[in-house]
Amino acid sequence: MNIEDIVLRKKADILRRGASLIMETYSVNASTFFKDQKDPFANPVGYTISQGMEAIFDTLVRDEANKRALDFLDRIVRIRAVQDFTPSQAIGFLFSLKKVLREELQKELQENSMYEELLLLESRIDNMALVAFESYMKYREKVYGLKVKEFKNMAFRLLEKANLISDIADEEAAVIKNDTRAENMK
Amino acid sequence: MSDVLKPAELSKINYKPPRKEWMKTPVNFKHGMYIYPAKAKNLKYLDMPNPREWSPTDKDWKLPENWKEIVLEGMRERLGKYRSFKIFMDICVRCGACADKCHFFIGGGDPKNMPVLRAELLRSIYRGHFTKSGKIFGSLNGARELTVDVLKEWFYYFYQCTECRRCSVFCPYGIDTAEITMMGRELLNLLGCNVNWVIEPVANCYRTGNHLGIQPHALMDMFEMMLDDIYDRTGIRVKPSFNRKGAEILFVTPSADYFAEPGIYTCMGYLVLFHELGLDYTWSTYASEGGNFGLFTSHEMIKRLNAKIYAEAKRLGVKWILGGECGHMWRVMHQYMDTMNGPADFLEEPVSPVTGTKFENAKSTKMVHITEFTADLIRNNKLKLDPSRNDSLRVTFHDSCNPARAMGILEEPRYIIKNVCNNFYEMPENTIREQTFCCAGGAGLGTDEMMETRMRGGLPRANAVRHVHEKYGVNRLACICAIDRATLTTLMEYWVPEVKVTGVHEMVGNALVMEGEKERTLTLRGDPLKETEGEVNV
Repeated sequence: MNIEDIVLRKKADILRRGASLIMETYSVNASTFFKDQKDPFANPVGYTISQGMEAIFDTLVRDEANKRALDFLDRIVRIRAVQDFTPSQAIGFLFSLKKVLREELQKELQENSMYEELLLLESRIDNMALVAFESYMKYREKVYGLKVKEFKNMAFRLLEKANLISDIADEEAAVIKNDTRAENMK
Repeated sequence: MSDVLKPAELSKINYKPPRKEWMKTPVNFKHGMYIYPAKAKNLKYLDMPNPREWSPTDKDWKLPENWKEIVLEGMRERLGKYRSFKIFMDICVRCGACADKCHFFIGGGDPKNMPVLRAELLRSIYRGHFTKSGKIFGSLNGARELTVDVLKEWFYYFYQCTECRRCSVFCPYGIDTAEITMMGRELLNLLGCNVNWVIEPVANCYRTGNHLGIQPHALMDMFEMMLDDIYDRTGIRVKPSFNRKGAEILFVTPSADYFAEPGIYTCMGYLVLFHELGLDYTWSTYASEGGNFGLFTSHEMIKRLNAKIYAEAKRLGVKWILGGECGHMWRVMHQYMDTMNGPADFLEEPVSPVTGTKFENAKSTKMVHITEFTADLIRNNKLKLDPSRNDSLRVTFHDSCNPARAMGILEEPRYIIKNVCNNFYEMPENTIREQTFCCAGGAGLGTDEMMETRMRGGLPRANAVRHVHEKYGVNRLACICAIDRATLTTLMEYWVPEVKVTGVHEMVGNALVMEGEKERTLTLRGDPLKETEGEVNV
């Protein structure tokens, strides 16, 4: 029996504990709500985490880049990037999966000395963490980009409306493009 | 001690937050989750207390020496003045029905964003200082002393509430948490603890009539640009009038409709509609703001800023007032204006000059919402509409908190949308109508420094939009609120970038077949009217 089979057999327990560890990064009130409310629209955070963990689990066991799992990982990180977390807290939930695996598989690991296989499994978690890091940075940059965009939009429109700037209209640009003088300047 | 952890320490990270009682957990101000304080010059202009330079992250908030006395006296005064406040302080049984209904809690998980706990921030002080049992039993009775830390907590959490009132839909007692937030903010205002995103528009409004401080000549320039764009799209030169005495109707809309995208397209929608009807109406460069950030400041300020509406209607001698697409503006007009600045006995009961319909619901305020007006036009077959012009749009409708929950304007916008476009899809039931999820940028929170709070608070709304986007290919989110048009645009860019935001009258303007128009190839936004072949607009 290889490690994947054991992990698959214990899927329910591992998933439950894995999801539970993420939920516990929130306050008691929030984690209870995130766990208990099953309606995806009343509880988008809890729903995304529980669905996402299952998809991530499947990818870990099968070792194939599964689009669904990557989508869910991206969704979870997108949420945690704007919640009350430091960067390490935001994506650290993936590493807590290692803890769950080690504890759940302790007996089998010792009996069958499967440490090498465990290392392989854990490397997959590390890879997922790198992907999560990419997502995290993408969304943090997005947040900063949105701040700048809101600010720029407001300032620009005000300047434009107050006739303080003269922007090049599309038609003007078209005229210049077709102008032979422009050709001659090449 | 160094901030850099050693490797051994790093590996011992515990991701569980500490388990502490909420009363003993002081607030920690983090960037992205609080709003910058009001500038002293704005407070001075409004003659509001304690103008100064300060930051919420400062240890010393430069409070007046007798700050405690001011707050407690302020509470005493309001408990006597507002019966609802007294009742809301007394009757909560902490059943928890509201706890998981706030978008900020659902999206962020901070327990102090549970409406019950947000209210407890104030209620605990009420118990500690105003009830016998609280004075005797202290924290056993959920009571506590008023301290600077409590004040900081108020500032943080009362400016993390959008006063959307979703929680009160679920409260068996009907406790209106928005009113508790309003009281909390009023008390903070007594100490000069307020935010610039609210106070600056208030000061500008008080000075020039609108949030941005736009003066009449600049306002006219803005309209010139919109009118040029309308000419470009339709071939028709629309000529609205301003400050015209003797017009039948005064039209008032939020100033965001004149200057901000996508609000300007909604404004262009109003302009073409009124032109086509030949409506005898006027704009005002003084009552040039329907929005009223006094609602996010104090009752006294709502009244001060709102006074211009009836005053201008009287000066111009109009018969009644028509209001544009706005959320909180409508709450003020509908629920406060008449009591605060009425009776408007110099105006007449509104009657549509096109259909003859009497708007009996506006008998007292004399002000009609534009979706009521337009829905009535369509119902009476007075508009020539070509909904296929909006065929590139697959639309869903976001019920804005104030019109939906406070005024029950639920059917009119839907009726209009279904008549001006062919592809309309509802979001899930528990996210619309009375149960609608807030944009998370209302009540003065829609500023860029508040981005993280806005994004997580807006998650429940965005999540439902993503659902209809994935299921039906929805690419347009319609709403009837100026704050929504601004904040949902940013929210969508973060969560569902494929979906853009629109006002309802922008789509009316696109579908409206106008007399003498040229062949339309562009929408009011300047986008091609028809999808080009091979392009999938999803």
